[in-house]
Amino acid sequence: MLTFTIRRLVLSIPTLLFISLVIFGLLQLAPGDPMAQVPLTVPPEVKQKMREALGLGEAWYVQYWKWLVQFFWVEPLVFFDWLFGTEFSSGMQRVISWQTRSPVMDIVVQRMPQTLWVVGLAYVVGILIAIPIGIYSAYRHYSLFDQTGTFITMIGFSIPPFFTGPLLIVIFSVYLGWLPSIYDTTHVVRDWESFKVQFFQMIMPVMVLALQTTAQISRYMRGAMLDNLNQDYVRTARAKGLRESVVVMVHVLRNSMIPVVTVIALGMPAIFGGAIITENVFKVNGIGQLLLTALFANDLPMVMTLTFIFAILIVLFNLVADVLYGLLDPRIRYD
Amino acid sequence: MTEQPIPASPIEGDMETFGALADKEPQKPPRAQWKDVWDQFRKHKGAVFGGGFLIFITLAVIFGPYIWNVDPKTLDIRNKDWRPIYILLFDADAKAGWAHPFGTDQLGRDIMAQMIAGGRVSMAVGWLAMGLALVIGTAVGVLAGYFKRMDFWLMRFTDLVLSLPVLPLVLLAVTLFRQPLRAAYGPEGGMFILIVGVIALTSWMQTARIVRGDILALKEREFILAARSIGTTPGKIILRHLLPNVISPIMVSATLGLAVAIITESALSFLGVGFPSDFPTWGKLLADAVDRMQEYPERVLLPGIAISLTVLSVNYLGDGLRDALDPRIRGR
Repeated sequence: MLTFTIRRLVLSIPTLLFISLVIFGLLQLAPGDPMAQVPLTVPPEVKQKMREALGLGEAWYVQYWKWLVQFFWVEPLVFFDWLFGTEFSSGMQRVISWQTRSPVMDIVVQRMPQTLWVVGLAYVVGILIAIPIGIYSAYRHYSLFDQTGTFITMIGFSIPPFFTGPLLIVIFSVYLGWLPSIYDTTHVVRDWESFKVQFFQMIMPVMVLALQTTAQISRYMRGAMLDNLNQDYVRTARAKGLRESVVVMVHVLRNSMIPVVTVIALGMPAIFGGAIITENVFKVNGIGQLLLTALFANDLPMVMTLTFIFAILIVLFNLVADVLYGLLDPRIRYD
Repeated sequence: MTEQPIPASPIEGDMETFGALADKEPQKPPRAQWKDVWDQFRKHKGAVFGGGFLIFITLAVIFGPYIWNVDPKTLDIRNKDWRPIYILLFDADAKAGWAHPFGTDQLGRDIMAQMIAGGRVSMAVGWLAMGLALVIGTAVGVLAGYFKRMDFWLMRFTDLVLSLPVLPLVLLAVTLFRQPLRAAYGPEGGMFILIVGVIALTSWMQTARIVRGDILALKEREFILAARSIGTTPGKIILRHLLPNVISPIMVSATLGLAVAIITESALSFLGVGFPSDFPTWGKLLADAVDRMQEYPERVLLPGIAISLTVLSVNYLGDGLRDALDPRIRGR
């Protein structure tokens, strides 16, 4: 298992390099000019110098190599320095945003907690709702609960978040007035009252994202449980006189969780992608919104770095899913 | 034939005892495979409704403009902000009427005509992107499955594309390549090509994987060996023998692809990177209406419901097709 993990880790390096090359190539081919906003009165030779100052005069492979060095060497060093107070990275060029002229990673670190809170909590809530629904609808196959559950998950699967978001805002913020429509990221939780405010403003974005997760995972959970409930070992367990709760919740559930856990790991990056839309609807200033504003502002270093962070998440969770699968299911041997 | 040699006894009564061994005729008339599939499909109520609704909405957006003969782009500022016809049920004084059954928007454009025009674009993007993705996916899958030399590299490539972050990349491509394609094919045509292309290029991978798996298994079967032994060329084997046998997984992934394409296109329009602002699509109509949804909730609801119902019906159709095309489930 360890050798497999190491092999997969090593294999993910060329994958990541390929992805970074694709993103970089897209940005290189793109016709957008970061100098477009500079006034026309600026003479062309000055413009050329500004271009070079941004690192745009070089050949593409030089630019690509520099970005690689900055992202994989300088930024980790900066992080190391920040952790231990050392000075390894002083004087090194970091990835600089063209919008704010400050290091990209500093902004990402500022925005990350909002996204992680909303997305992470939505995922946890979604899983916690989905698993019991999946178990019960498989156990009572074709019952009323199963039929309605399948129908509701199908709806949750089909309604896009950019429709549920505004819909919930109209119902709960406008007509009922229970919940705020905008997520206030400057809000600080100090006591019970401010915690309640934080809780209320998180309900809608979290529920919108959680609906998608719930729909997907409960379908998988139901399918996996149905596959296992007809197996011989379930009959054996019942014949031994085990209580029904033990049979279902221990024997069947443990075997059914194997595929579901990997689906949970694989779905993680997708929900970060979905967060781009949800953040836009509820005005959460997380990394999804950062990506959108950077795109509109033609801030290529920021776009490159953010897209690559999304790619890292995907590769990482694919790896986690594979390793988990091997760990949980003793029938699978990778070596 | 092995039952025949039983010596036929001259006495009629003995035929009864031996006759039990041989069927005089098949118990059931032979059934075509696609009739079986259709029978199983009909049992899945949701799938039948889904398929029906999909056909209905496709026909509605194709023939709608000929029946509802109003130009979606005509501004009629005196008749702006009409409410949909059903408002009259609660409020008899509301500005509504049969002239504009779904009402008009803040510039007086007829919402019914806009919905039809928007649906045209959304469905066209969906069908085309799905078709293109299927062609790419099937081609990659067949090549990787049939030709051993290409398998490794094609599948590594598929894995690599699978780990690309789709939504950020789609956003990136659409924002960055908007200008040159607009210049080449006009504002609407350029955007259409771009969106269809981008969606197709990022959604063919699942089809490729499924098709490859099926081809790998089919390739070892006797009928392929027989075809090869009489000298059939690989191209003919693929066209005549392999492709008809992988049609069912392709159909199932087609429904998934259609749903994904419609949602992606609407999401792009919603985020404001899709079609130009005066060009209606369902996502665009929804996005434009969000600012005033307090006063005119129907303008959010109508396109939102259209998108959701279409995607829901496509998903149900896919569910039903999966059941109907799986020979293990069929007949139960």
